[in-house]
Amino acid sequence: MRKVYLDHAATTPLHPEVYSLMCRFMKDTFGNPSSIHSFGREARKWVEEARQQVADLIKASPEEIYFTSGGTEADNLAILGTAAARRKKGNHIITSSIEHHAVLDTCKYLEKNGYEVTFLPVDRYGMVDPDDVRKAIRRDTILISIMHANNEIGTIEPIEEIGRIAREHEVIFHTDAVQTAGKIPVDVEALGVDLLTLSSHKIYGPKGIGALYKRKGLRLLPVVHGGGQEKKLRSGTENTIGIVGFGKAAEIAARDLEEEHDRTKRLRDRLVRGILEKIPEVRLNGHPEKRLPHNANFSFAYVEGESMLLSLDLKGIAASSGSACSSRALEPSHVLTAIGLPYELIHGSLRMTLGRANDEEDIDYVLEVLPEIVNRLRSFSPLAQKHPVGWAG
Amino acid sequence: MYNETVMEHFTNPRNVGEIPDASGVGEVGNVVCGDILRVYIKVKDGVLDDVKYMTFGCGAAVASGSMMTELAKGKTVEEGLKLTNNDVAKALGGLPAQKKHCSNLAADALHKAIEDWKQKASAAAGRA
Repeated sequence: MRKVYLDHAATTPLHPEVYSLMCRFMKDTFGNPSSIHSFGREARKWVEEARQQVADLIKASPEEIYFTSGGTEADNLAILGTAAARRKKGNHIITSSIEHHAVLDTCKYLEKNGYEVTFLPVDRYGMVDPDDVRKAIRRDTILISIMHANNEIGTIEPIEEIGRIAREHEVIFHTDAVQTAGKIPVDVEALGVDLLTLSSHKIYGPKGIGALYKRKGLRLLPVVHGGGQEKKLRSGTENTIGIVGFGKAAEIAARDLEEEHDRTKRLRDRLVRGILEKIPEVRLNGHPEKRLPHNANFSFAYVEGESMLLSLDLKGIAASSGSACSSRALEPSHVLTAIGLPYELIHGSLRMTLGRANDEEDIDYVLEVLPEIVNRLRSFSPLAQKHPVGWAG
Repeated sequence: MYNETVMEHFTNPRNVGEIPDASGVGEVGNVVCGDILRVYIKVKDGVLDDVKYMTFGCGAAVASGSMMTELAKGKTVEEGLKLTNNDVAKALGGLPAQKKHCSNLAADALHKAIEDWKQKASAAAGRA
C-alpha cells in the first residue's frame, strides 16, 4: 500500500545527511563539552559549529543561541525566565488565544502565581490584530508572546508590526517560531523579537533538542539549575548528539528553504484546489494567503475528524485533526474554537501538512481517496440530514 | 489504539441508515463532545424486528453503534432495555479507556428509542 505522510507539522523524519552526521559523531565523539581535555574540546568544537548553523538559520549571532530540550522548554524558559527577571518592573503578560500549549499553559501557570495575563482574540482567519496588542499594553506589561505562525491552521502572524509596537513600549517580545523556521524566512532583526523559540524535529532534525534565541544583553533567569551550562541559562550536560543533528538540519533547512517553500506550496495549492473542487461543503481554515506554504486545514461538514483519520490511515495516509475525539484531552481544538468555528466543524477538521517526502502522486492519491471517505462517513451521519445543503459554506 | 474487532466494525458498520417508518427513534450525545448517535427501531410483537443507527462520531462511536444493532436485533423489547453500554464494549473486545464514556452510548440510544416507541404506543392506545 502507498504510504503518504502528511503530518509534517507534528514531526518530520530525519534528513539522511543529518542521520549520517549524527552516526559519525556518536561513534567517535563522546566527550563532555565542559571538559578541558582533548575529548571535551573535540565535542565543544562540534557543539559550537552547530550553534553557528542554528544562528545562521534565523540571522542571529551564535552567542544568542541557547540549546534546550526542545520547543516546549524554550517557550517555558522565555516566559518563566522573563517573568522572574522582570518581576520588579511588573507582572502583566500579553499573549494570544491560539498559542501552542507550551506558551498558553505556561502563561496560565503564571496567572495562578500572581501574574496577570491578557489572552488576545484572533479574527476568523486566526490573525492577531497589532492594534489589540498596542491597546493591551500597560505600564506593568513585561512580556508579549505571539507565535510566528500557527501550528494548526498555518496563519502567519504580523510579527514585524507587533515587534515595532513592543519596541516602542519597551516590552520584551517573544515569538514561537517552531512552525516557521526552515519553512519561511526568519530574521530576528527584521521581526524585531527579543526571544525566539526553535525546534529541531520540525526541520528534519532529531527530537529532544531545540533552542531559544535570546537577544544580546537581555536578562533572563534560568528555569533549570545546576552546572551552569549554556552560559548559566540552561544547566545540564549538553545533548551533543542532538545538537549536532539540529545544527546540520538547520544548515540544510537554510540551504533548501526557497526551493522547498515553492515546491511544497505548489503541492499544497494542488491539494487545496482538488479538495474544494471534489468535495462539497468543505471550508479551508486559516488565512487564504498569509499562511505557511505546507499547511492545509479543512473542515468537512457532517463528518467527525477521528473517523476521517482512521479511514485515511487504513489507506496509508497520515494526517491530523482538531476534533475532541482525536485529542488526548478530549477537548476540541482551542485554535479552531478561537476562530469561531461551530463545534460540528471543529470536530470535522482535518490538517494535512506537507514536506520533503511528498510529491504530486501523493497529492493525487489523497484526492482519489478522500472524497470516498467523506462520502461514506456522510452517508450515515445524522447531521447530514439535519442541515440544508450549503450550511457549512 | 483500537482492536481488530472495533476496526472491523468501523470499516464495515452493520445496519447503518434510517428506518423511514420506525416504531421509535432515540438520539444521544451532543456536538460539544463530538459524538451523536441516533437509533431507529422497528418493533413487531414486542420484538426488535429491525434496528438501525446513524452516527456523527469517532471510530468507537461507529463501532459501538454497529455492535449494538447486532446485539439488539431479534431481542425482545425487555431484553433490549437490559442491554448496557458495557455489554456493547465487551462484545467489541474492549474500548480505549478515554473512549468509554464519550463514545460508548449506543445502548443508551437504544433505550431512548424503546422509550419513544412505548410513549407512541400508549398514546395510540389512549386514542383508540
